[in-house]
Formats: sequence, C-alpha cells, structure tokens
Amino acid sequence: MSQYELAVILGMTAVTFLIRYSFFALGDKVQFPPLVKRALRYVPVAVLTAIVVPMVLLPDGRHWQLDWRNAWLLGALVSAFIAWRFNHLLAAMGGGMAVFFLWRWLLA
Amino acid sequence: MTTTFHPTRHGELLQGARDSLPMLAGAAPFGIIFGTLAGPSGLSLLGAMGMSLFVFAGSSQFIALTLLSGGAGLAVIVFTTFVVNLRHALYSATLLPHVASLGQRWRIPLAFWLTDETFAVVQHRYGAADASPLKHWYHLGSSLAMYGNWIVWTLVGVLLGRSFEGLDKLGLEFAMVATFTGIVVSLLKTRPMVAAAIAAGAVALLARDMPYKLGLLLAALAGVVVGVLLEGRQATEEEQA
Repeated sequence: MSQYELAVILGMTAVTFLIRYSFFALGDKVQFPPLVKRALRYVPVAVLTAIVVPMVLLPDGRHWQLDWRNAWLLGALVSAFIAWRFNHLLAAMGGGMAVFFLWRWLLA
Repeated sequence: MTTTFHPTRHGELLQGARDSLPMLAGAAPFGIIFGTLAGPSGLSLLGAMGMSLFVFAGSSQFIALTLLSGGAGLAVIVFTTFVVNLRHALYSATLLPHVASLGQRWRIPLAFWLTDETFAVVQHRYGAADASPLKHWYHLGSSLAMYGNWIVWTLVGVLLGRSFEGLDKLGLEFAMVATFTGIVVSLLKTRPMVAAAIAAGAVALLARDMPYKLGLLLAALAGVVVGVLLEGRQATEEEQA
C-alpha cells in the first residue's frame, strides 16, 4: 500500500467517524439550524447527479456522445425509468446494467 | 419485525442482525463491485480492504474510487467524503436520545458503524412500544451484521477482480452509474429537488475540466444552493397564497 493510499484511507476514516460521532459525542447541547437541515437534504441528489451526468454524456471523458449508440446514456435512462416507475433500487440497477451490457454487445 | 421474543442481550443481538437481512442482500452487490473496481482504480488489495474496514461508508468509497482513478488530490477526496457523508450527522442527531444514556464504550463503536441501513433498521426498534432496556444490543446486532457483510463482499470482489484480467474494460463502473441514477430518481419528489439535480448536472458538465475534480464540489454546491433557494421561495409563496 502506497503512502498516498494510506493518507486517503486515514483522511476518509477520520472525517467519516467524526461526522457519525458528532452528535453522539456532543449530546443534545447542539442543534442544527433549520437552514443547515434543509441544505443537507439536497446533498445526495446534488452530489450523485454531478457524478453521473458527465459519465453518461461523455463516456470517454472528453467527447460528447448524445446518440442512441451511447450505451451509458441508454442504460442510465433505463435505470431512471425503472426507479421512477417501480421505485425499486435493485431492479433499477439490474435493469440498467442488463441494457448497458446488451447494448455494448450488440454494437460491438 | 413483529415477532415477540424475550428481550435478552443475545436475543436482541440476533434479532437486530436478522432484521437487517434485506439490507445485507442489498449491500452485497455493491461490496463485490467496490472490490472489483478497486484494483483498476489504483487501490491495492490492502488499500481496498482497509477502506472497507476503516471508512465503512459505501457511497463515499465508490466516489473515492472515481476520484482516485481521475487523479484527484488528497484534500479533494477527503472533503468530498465529508460532504457525501454529512447526512450521517443527521442520523447521529436523530439516534442521540436512544444512546445518550450509554457510556462512550458503546457510543463510539455504534457511531463508527452508523450507516443508512442500520439507521433505518434500528429507528424502527427504538420506536417500538416495549420499554426494553436492551435495545442497544439490537443496534449492535444490526451494526455487526452490516460490517461483516461489507468486509466479506469487498474481499470477494477484490479476489474476483484479481483473477480476471481486463475486468476493468467490461464497463462494470456502469453499475455505479445505474445505482446512483436509481437513487437520484427516487429522491426527485419535489420541484426544488428536481431543480437541484438539474443545476448540479449542468455545473458538473461546465466545470468538468477543473483540476482535482473540483468541479464536482462546485456542482454539488450549486445543486444545494438552488434547492434551498427554491424551497424557500416556494414556502413564501404558499404563505402568501
């Protein structure tokens, strides 16, 4: 394991534990202001969308691929549809992956 | 979860693990995929296992892989982890009344093992009508089950990744895209939430060439700000109506 890896793991461990322990440690002396509570609710959607959108629209990291041959785009759309229509995360994951791999295989 | 059992330490511990079973099954594929992708993303076997053993936070571990393979800096990875895992502070705050009477000997490990899944399961138990003084044993049972499960499946993934050459070219990263897409869509219940996603996606595209993946943080910030502002405006409009 490189020193860089070790530093990444130590850093991630420290911040993750401090967040999880924050209120367990402080007791009920501290309360979130309402604005912070509201902001926290948007974090998962904002972060996950920011990760997924570029991966799907520019699969190679440099070129836009806005057409039906883009397996990433098609797979993500299928996942989105399943999640929206059936509200089932594992099905959304499985369905999207199935279409993604099928599409890559068909176009290969 | 309605089965009656005599609340002994052992009974609570086992029941906590048993009630976490669906969550264990749900986490298994993610553990395998994390372990499989670790090598191609530049993590050694020890590094992958270390991350699951010490960080123990699935979504941030996945994001760390993406960032590592993109050549992100240490500060960006740690700060992104902080942002992504901030929601756990809300869980910590919510569960506090139930663990406040326990000593640090309990609170520290239960905090370390706090995940979305265990939070969901133990919330239910702490809220149950019976006044059992041993509900923290149930909490421990769910925690240990999730932890052991995550480590075992990470190891399976790492070993799979090592025994198949070229696994990184199969496009397994797409599993992450599919999962995150599913999570995002299931959260898009209100207009401000949709607007937050659009803003985050747009900024992520515009800022994609920033060094150390800083664009990701900028995009997340944009999404949060847009969501909070729109929610605030919606609330004032409703008051005026």
